[in-house]
Amino acid sequence: MTETRTASDAATDEFDDTVRILGPWALVWRKFRRHRLAMWSGVVVILIYLIAAFGEFLAPVQIHETSVRNTFQPPQRIYLFVDGEDGTRRFQIHARGVKMELDRVALRRTFVEDESKIVPLGFFVRGYEYKLLGLIPMNVHLFGPTNPRETVYLLGADRLGRDVLSRIILGTRVSMSIGLVGVAVSLVIGVLLGGLSGYYGGWIDGLIQRFIEFIRSVPTIPLWMGLAAAIPLDWPPLQTYFVVTVIVSMIGWTSLAREVRGKFLSLRNEDYIVAARLDGLSDGEVIRKHMVPAFMSHIIASLTLAVPLMILAETSLSFLGIGLQPPQVSWGTLLKEAQNIRSIIEAPWLLIAPGTMIVVAVLTLNFLGDGLRDAADPHAQ
Amino acid sequence: MTQPTPTPSSAPGTAPAGETPLVEIAGLKTHFFTEDGVVKAVDGVDLTIRPNRTLCILGESGCGKSIMARSILRIVDAPGRIVDGSIVYRAEDGRSVDLAKARPTSREVRQIRGKDIAMIFQEPMSSLGPIQKIGHQIVETILLHRRMSKAEAKRTAIEMLDRVGIPNPAQRFEAYPFELSGGMRQRAMIAMALSCQPRLLIADEPTTALDVTTQAQILDLIADLKDEFDMSVMLITHDLGVVAEVAEEVAVMYMGRVVEEGDVYSVFENPQHPYTRALLKSVPRIGVTTAARLPAIEGMVPHPLARPSGCPFRTRCESVIEGVCSKAQPALVPVGPTKVACFLHSDATTDD
Amino acid sequence: MTDIILSVRYLDMHFPTSSGFFGKTKSTVRAVDNVSLDVRRGSTFGIVGESGSGKTTLGRCIMRILKPGRGSIHFTGSDGRDLDLTGADGAELRSVWRDIRMIFQDPQSSLNPRLPVVEIVGQSLRKAEKLGGRELSDRVAALLRQVGLRPEMMQRYPDAFSGGQRQRIGIARALATNPQLIVADEAVSALDVSIQAQTLNLMQDLQEQYALTYIFIAHDLAVVEHICDTVAVMYLGQIVELADKGELFNNPKHPYTRALLSAVPVPDPRARETRKRVRLPPREDAVVASACRFAPRCPHATDLCRTQAPPSRQVGGADVLCHYAGEV
Repeated sequence: MTETRTASDAATDEFDDTVRILGPWALVWRKFRRHRLAMWSGVVVILIYLIAAFGEFLAPVQIHETSVRNTFQPPQRIYLFVDGEDGTRRFQIHARGVKMELDRVALRRTFVEDESKIVPLGFFVRGYEYKLLGLIPMNVHLFGPTNPRETVYLLGADRLGRDVLSRIILGTRVSMSIGLVGVAVSLVIGVLLGGLSGYYGGWIDGLIQRFIEFIRSVPTIPLWMGLAAAIPLDWPPLQTYFVVTVIVSMIGWTSLAREVRGKFLSLRNEDYIVAARLDGLSDGEVIRKHMVPAFMSHIIASLTLAVPLMILAETSLSFLGIGLQPPQVSWGTLLKEAQNIRSIIEAPWLLIAPGTMIVVAVLTLNFLGDGLRDAADPHAQ
Repeated sequence: MTQPTPTPSSAPGTAPAGETPLVEIAGLKTHFFTEDGVVKAVDGVDLTIRPNRTLCILGESGCGKSIMARSILRIVDAPGRIVDGSIVYRAEDGRSVDLAKARPTSREVRQIRGKDIAMIFQEPMSSLGPIQKIGHQIVETILLHRRMSKAEAKRTAIEMLDRVGIPNPAQRFEAYPFELSGGMRQRAMIAMALSCQPRLLIADEPTTALDVTTQAQILDLIADLKDEFDMSVMLITHDLGVVAEVAEEVAVMYMGRVVEEGDVYSVFENPQHPYTRALLKSVPRIGVTTAARLPAIEGMVPHPLARPSGCPFRTRCESVIEGVCSKAQPALVPVGPTKVACFLHSDATTDD
Repeated sequence: MTDIILSVRYLDMHFPTSSGFFGKTKSTVRAVDNVSLDVRRGSTFGIVGESGSGKTTLGRCIMRILKPGRGSIHFTGSDGRDLDLTGADGAELRSVWRDIRMIFQDPQSSLNPRLPVVEIVGQSLRKAEKLGGRELSDRVAALLRQVGLRPEMMQRYPDAFSGGQRQRIGIARALATNPQLIVADEAVSALDVSIQAQTLNLMQDLQEQYALTYIFIAHDLAVVEHICDTVAVMYLGQIVELADKGELFNNPKHPYTRALLSAVPVPDPRARETRKRVRLPPREDAVVASACRFAPRCPHATDLCRTQAPPSRQVGGADVLCHYAGEV
């Protein structure tokens, strides 16, 4: 007995001290790092969530402020240098004042820049008041006109003269958070039902699977419309927001439930699960301590891939007019306002700006989710 | 079915006069360049595969025997690469090809792979495509390497299935791999490998996943086919019993190197290398082992990233020489009827 | 009066194979069929067989991982506990699982890769004795030392260990609750030859030290002959021969046992010349339930064998399931 111990000690000495052994999460991180696109997408996603969190700080114009004089004003250019009358050049970020002219022939408004009118812009300027993160009252904004009484439309104005850039920034909060809330709801329902299905099998499994198949076979848009129609119109915005989230999460949970079920089924017969039961663990403990950590990384990857679906779902619902309603600002409601030919021809920025934002968010979330999914199983090739 | 009659080779370790080796491996090194470091899976292997002989490569997991076989056919996956050495194959028409230097996807190598040198693996399910009928897979191989019509190829395939002992070969031609039992699948894989009548069959643990009774049948089959097709067999295994049953020559590997090589009788009855000795002693034998405890080899195989300096076996060797075994790797040199790489028998090192 | 720790009688484990749309069974696989055996306290009882023999299923039935359809598994503890495992459920089973433990075959899948070794080995102690923190790690340290591993390694994860070391961790886990009986399901089959020897020695040392009884399930006859006292040979769910080791290996009586023994490759090249191998035809998939299951492959089969199920007869100290036991 002793001779075996000393010899294997010596062998393990050489083993431990020279070879670096990584724990399971470290392996996942290392594999993720290799996926460059996913890493950069992750950075962008974090930026987008920061925008959502610090929205008012970043938005130069109050989103509900209407201005009749500036309806459908195109985006303003930013200039860096001012030419003085004495011919000198001075560095001053600014935009040019805009005059509205009426074209009596085509009966259209056009906006013309007025070179003489300078609107100086700067960083950390004073503007409208708000509460940072809902707590700290502030009135400083990252970027905007140095004179609080002036306004600048960096991405143009909509039909009520409201600043599109600011609205997109604040719409980020709603659209991205619906994604998260929706995914959380999906997670709970999906893991619960999928887990029950996979762990117990038998008739429970059969019942839940048939239920899932039924839900999936119902055409989604009519289903959503029906549910949205059931929302009373006089409900406060927060409640409708929550209900829209629940509706949206109904698409996510079925695929998650199936994945969880599959994982449970394959894990159920693993030796270490049997060993855990033989160690005296109850079913609940086995699930919590052994099975859930085994597929945690897969779940995280699935959830990350579900978020863009949620965002697109909310966007579609609001675009169709059955999701969030004005005056709530989300990317979907912004797109709704671009929902006519006149807007697209005369004010394409109403469509392009929010649309680009959606594309960027969805793409980066998808790349991030791909990277996470590949990294989730570090031992797979 | 006949058993091959054992004939001790005339001048062991050297080929009988006039017999050119089929494959000659010299100084082969296949390394894996992983994120954690370089794994020297094969670290300087010299081997000679002669025509019409059964050579067994004996070793435990991690000794590099499978990687060495894959290096011959240039099917080593990234991040593995042959970094040194030569694998010279002598074709029937007298040409020599250094498989180590050729590009793995070149026409030369592809012509040899599957036709002159064929390989069968431990897990038949991983080399038989699961969604194609086995007969069709064999036909595909035949058409790739031989000039025949499709109908002829089908006839040949059914003949091969029959030859390997699959009952109802014409019916089984249309079977999918999952419809066959383990032993049958292995036979189907052998049929596929032999369909082009290779000169060398490399069998990588062909019977490890099979029952003992099926194993005996498959080993007999391989021996019969070897005689019938006039081919060489390189059989890789960790099972000493299998080696004793079928081998004419044995090469024992440890941590990427051949530590002992020779005819099977000399190696089993008079092992020279401490590893071979210890291995033979540690295996229980029915009716022979009487001791209550098996004389086990101490310690474990070192981690591939933590190779000991000098002779890799020195951490477990009961005859280790202080100050000598850690300084340099011993070279594989003839010692009596066999070749041994050990400082107990020779001072030769690999740097010489 | 021999001290029997485990007594199995008429054990059946049948699995339905095909099922109709509403789960109606069409046919069954009789993985374990009418198995009876006695295990003496302190001995090593070997169960040998090839794939499909039912030996693993039998092991899992004994552990009550599976619930057998019929039969009894009588466990007599050294503390006087007397219990039929087939009737036990829930809490009773959990308490039995401190006296009867299991070692699994695959060192890869038998340890949870996401738990450190201390959790894996100590899990049963957490449950059984409500240990935690320092007490737990002390006990685990002692167990690791027992199996020849360094206690400092207990915070590591399984992939820091080699296959042989992982199997030792599995052995430590089995020992944690001071069991009386350990079912080793192919415990050394996945190990390298040289590591097998170490592990077998370890198991024998532990048996002496802790007065353990082993049920050793394996397919390697040489290992079984070395370590076991009594051996049962299984074929297609039935025990075809049961005898003490010496009797079984020197004087096999059932045709299957003989074929099996003759097929085992011997690590001696000289044996080739004198070897007489019994050739068996490949296994047929169809099994006629009422007749001798080995008859389709048996070189001595008669019409009687094909039509009438053979009884188990006592011949020279061995139980043999054959019409012609002792005569062939």
